[in-house]
Amino acid sequence: MMQTQKPGDRIFPDQTGERYTLRAQNVTKRYGATVALNDAHLEVKKGESHALVGRNGAGKSTLVSILTGLASPDQGIVEFSGQIAPPLTDREEWRRKVACVYQKSTIIPTLSVAENLYLNRQQRSGPTISWRRMRREAQELLDSWSLPVKAADLADTLTVEQRQMVEIARALSFGADFIILDEPTAQLDGKGIDRLFTRMRALQEGDISTLFISHHLAEIFEICDTVTVFRDARHILTAPVASMNHDELVSAMTGEQGKVDLRGGASTIREGAPVLTVDKLSLDGLYDGVSFDVAPGEVLGVTGSGSSGRIALAESIAGLRKPSSGTVQVAGQAVKPGSVPDALRAGIGFVPRDRHHEGLVEGLSLAENITMTVPSRISRHGIISNKRRDAFAQRMIDELSIRASGPEQVVGSLSGGNQQKVVMGRAIADRPKALVLMHPTAGVDVRSKATLLESINSVRSDGAAVLIVSDELDDLRPCDRLIVMVHGRIVKEFNRDWADADVVAATEGITEQ
Amino acid sequence: MTQLQTAPAGTGGLDPRPRRHLQIARLRDLALIPALILVCALGAIISPVFLSPQNLINILQQQSEISLVVLGQAIVMIAGRMDLSLESTVGLAPGLAAWLILPSGLAHGLGAELPGWLAVPITLLAGLIVGLLNGLLIVRFRLNGFIVTLGMLITLRGLLNGISGGQTFFGLPESMTYLGSTRWLGAPAEIWVSLILFASGIFVLGYTRVGRSLYAIGGNAAAAKAGGIRVDRTVWVALIVASLLAAVAGIMLAGRLGSVAAVSGNGWIFTVFAAAVIGGISLNGGRGTIFGAFTGILLLFTVQNVLTLAGVSASWINFLNGAIILGALVISRLASGKDQND
Repeated sequence: MMQTQKPGDRIFPDQTGERYTLRAQNVTKRYGATVALNDAHLEVKKGESHALVGRNGAGKSTLVSILTGLASPDQGIVEFSGQIAPPLTDREEWRRKVACVYQKSTIIPTLSVAENLYLNRQQRSGPTISWRRMRREAQELLDSWSLPVKAADLADTLTVEQRQMVEIARALSFGADFIILDEPTAQLDGKGIDRLFTRMRALQEGDISTLFISHHLAEIFEICDTVTVFRDARHILTAPVASMNHDELVSAMTGEQGKVDLRGGASTIREGAPVLTVDKLSLDGLYDGVSFDVAPGEVLGVTGSGSSGRIALAESIAGLRKPSSGTVQVAGQAVKPGSVPDALRAGIGFVPRDRHHEGLVEGLSLAENITMTVPSRISRHGIISNKRRDAFAQRMIDELSIRASGPEQVVGSLSGGNQQKVVMGRAIADRPKALVLMHPTAGVDVRSKATLLESINSVRSDGAAVLIVSDELDDLRPCDRLIVMVHGRIVKEFNRDWADADVVAATEGITEQ
Repeated sequence: MTQLQTAPAGTGGLDPRPRRHLQIARLRDLALIPALILVCALGAIISPVFLSPQNLINILQQQSEISLVVLGQAIVMIAGRMDLSLESTVGLAPGLAAWLILPSGLAHGLGAELPGWLAVPITLLAGLIVGLLNGLLIVRFRLNGFIVTLGMLITLRGLLNGISGGQTFFGLPESMTYLGSTRWLGAPAEIWVSLILFASGIFVLGYTRVGRSLYAIGGNAAAAKAGGIRVDRTVWVALIVASLLAAVAGIMLAGRLGSVAAVSGNGWIFTVFAAAVIGGISLNGGRGTIFGAFTGILLLFTVQNVLTLAGVSASWINFLNGAIILGALVISRLASGKDQND
């Protein structure tokens, strides 16, 4: 059963603070006219693994900055183990109370791992930094976490996963018994996530409480004891994970009853020549001899681990990379390799892997971003018409239900999910014949996921070929077919009714004989 | 039956990887030493005078003033900023002191005729105020550092031109000419000042928390802030220190020449940036060492010296300077393999 609570209700009204590692009560925070947190509260018990979920804009990030002393609440009290939180200026004391691994890496790539670990608290003798002692102690710390990283290495040379582990090790080295992990799994592949969870369980056994933030509900069921849902800047409920199921959690997050369907309706495959043909495409060291066809109206999924080469393959099809051999054809016409303008002209639309990096110009308006690939549609005799542009953008806003004040809003000020919709809008702006999507729902909440999938539906029902490249099973639900890559080669193909376990097994390189 | 294929390595996972480019990063610090040796060898072949102690001391002395500006610029650049106004501080700071101290009339002073011993304090105070102003605009009011210091460059140059009437201040008080005209232990004092300040710079940026925090700020300011570093204050201090170093450079230059010209320091800033970048300081902050910056400016001046000894006509010197700097930038880009834009 799910206990639904009114916002502001205490879950454990008559307990004293000592049982809680963290108690935040009546926390309100405003940024200008926006209420980021509205009388919210959160309690984390000692040794507990507590999940915090909510859609983009629910107030999670604001709460994290308040709980880690980067911002102060306008109202409300934060207590750690029954003691009032230290003043904002006392960073040292904050870090002894709460460790945090933020969404954005706080590793400084130009410094050594050792220096990152002891930033601004380097081991000294007198006023002089003792590099040797710092490296030695850093190495001891790394070894105690069994991280195969050398303290003297530049942080630049670490993998994403190693950086994250260094951040966790650093965060906890201040002696806190409470750690906040803000979407730690977003950038990891399946194996990395498993390793992270193993660490988290070890922490729990060491009586360290965790606040775990993630968009992937499956992870919460796997690793957490208790879950708290925020919605629209308010606390909605706190309940044991075991007492909730997936759909109850989703409806608490979205405020709507019923299931969000991520499958995306019946197949729309049409008879006819394939729209997208990839023939013996190879790129040295990344993927090798990949061939497949996508029929009109068909959705093909490509999955695999981080080293499978799936992203490099997708980027080659979209023209971001130049393959060393092989061809890509759209409707029978060969596409010039390694050129995005040619790929666009051939009718390939794409959603890049990293929306911040390749997807958006954050300082420009929504309308400018969404029409970036289609100047011809909004201009006459080479001169861009603002009216046409805004009308075009408004149509995409409606179609994708982007939450924005209008076409002129600057993209950087949209929430993550809405930014991703803008990227999607741009990909489908020119009615592509083939649509290539890389991690289309990364960092996007459940409701927005459903909207994005709807837009895939509308593209495919127009007879376009859709290629979804992701390691996220939920992303792959609408696929008619699914191919699995391992080390740059296709190892397995599934039809629509695949079992998740088989896909995961194939991805990890375990195949039935 | 299930069978394990070759274990996928994930995204590299936690597997240890070869760490070759670390050593290279360390060596980058010494990257210019071979180039220096090469230039010296060429110099020795071209002219027997080159290796004479007098000539070597000349090189060190000629670069001693500008080297302090390189030091200041390097500190600011490591913290991820830049200060274009340093070259005008070199002229203005001692110029202001001369103006307040010298009599009016032939010496172009204001006529306030402050006591001569105030020359150095006034120069340093001027440097301090310029640094404070830059910091106020960049750190406090969040203006863009490039355009602020460019504006400051023009303003200060104009101010010096205004107070001097475009003329040169002569007859400086003795306290001002001391550093530029004295010898300590058989070598010009300027050289010692430059070497001592660079040694202090190497120590502070390599071995103190405040020095390392400059690297952290230049590498990732948000992370530095989350790490408890007072980012704004540290950047402000870096800007002030750089301006102070420029003021000291100004005193030394005034002392060596016995005068302060309205164009004092003109055109230095390109050489300063070039020396820093050639010396391995990243234009985007967080990378490079003070020792590298020192070898950068030393290399530029050694090359100039060799060219002069080779009898290259003075009318070609500017062209060659520019070409050498561009060439050195290309070579250091190729040698380091690092994009200078990041």
